[in-house]
Amino acid sequence: MSAHAMTTNAGEPVRFFDLEEHDHPEGSSTMLGFWIYLMSDCLIFAILFACYAVLGGNYAAGPSPHDLFELPLVALNTSMLLLSSITYGFAMLSMQKDRVGATQAWLAVTGLFGLAFLSIELYEFAHLIHEGATPQRSGFLSAFFTLVGTHGLHVTFGTIWLVTLMVQVARRGLIPANRRRLMCLSLFWHFLDVIWIGVFTFVYLMGMLR
Amino acid sequence: MSADTDHDHHGLHGGDAHHHGSMKSYVIGFLLSVVLTALPFWLVMSGTLDRQATAFAIVAFAIAQIIVHMIFFLHMDTRSEGGWNMMALIFTLVLVVIALTGSIWVMYHLNNNMMPMSVHDMSQMP
Repeated sequence: MSAHAMTTNAGEPVRFFDLEEHDHPEGSSTMLGFWIYLMSDCLIFAILFACYAVLGGNYAAGPSPHDLFELPLVALNTSMLLLSSITYGFAMLSMQKDRVGATQAWLAVTGLFGLAFLSIELYEFAHLIHEGATPQRSGFLSAFFTLVGTHGLHVTFGTIWLVTLMVQVARRGLIPANRRRLMCLSLFWHFLDVIWIGVFTFVYLMGMLR
Repeated sequence: MSADTDHDHHGLHGGDAHHHGSMKSYVIGFLLSVVLTALPFWLVMSGTLDRQATAFAIVAFAIAQIIVHMIFFLHMDTRSEGGWNMMALIFTLVLVVIALTGSIWVMYHLNNNMMPMSVHDMSQMP
């Protein structure tokens, strides 16, 4: 506080604290808070990756990645998730232009790609379990199913969230609250794609190199 | 002018502090991701390089693609949310590196130094 300010307020005691509340617009801190949630989620995946790195070589005389993984299927799965990322981006761009119909359409396309990803993953899991490569079979398979299954669960809940938001947008339109929710889901969805980069690189591609 | 209420809150409370990217940035990000995904799959499926070179290459491609996603899809920069997004990210990355390298390092040495015990060894134990 400058000397000038001191003299103009000479009559009053000088205060160094706030009496008025700050202006906190609703939802102003949501994006930062959601980002911090995503960072904590990132730590969960880091620990699951560490588990896989430690246990991934323990086959217990069971099947190895080379026997189990089919790269063309993984490539198809990866492309589904990548396509869903760009279509979600298009939904966000439509939202910025206040086009409810286009936003809903791109969200629906994103949801379909998400469902395609989940179906392929469930098919892969069913195939593995049918072959006897169950999570109980070896340390490698336990770690594999935990890591990839957790990612799949995230995509499942992301898809449920997406359908919920489509209903919200249909009923209320693109109000500020819905825009904020769509931006949170955007972060979540792209974040899951980032995790999938780690999964297909370290689990599938590295597994085939072993 | 009240000096004590004049903090700069624009970074934290500004309503439109986020920028959402444009069509161009999404398309560039998508095309880069397609290339950075296709190359490692091609390397592993065709087996052009030897094993170790392939492993280094696919890790490099993965890191590059994660950075591409961060910039073009998650719109990370040092200014979003007054820099707190980047701070949280850096803090998380430090924790991730500690957790990953620590686990792998410790468990690798544990595996090397704790030789598996045979039935014969066990019968000799006090």
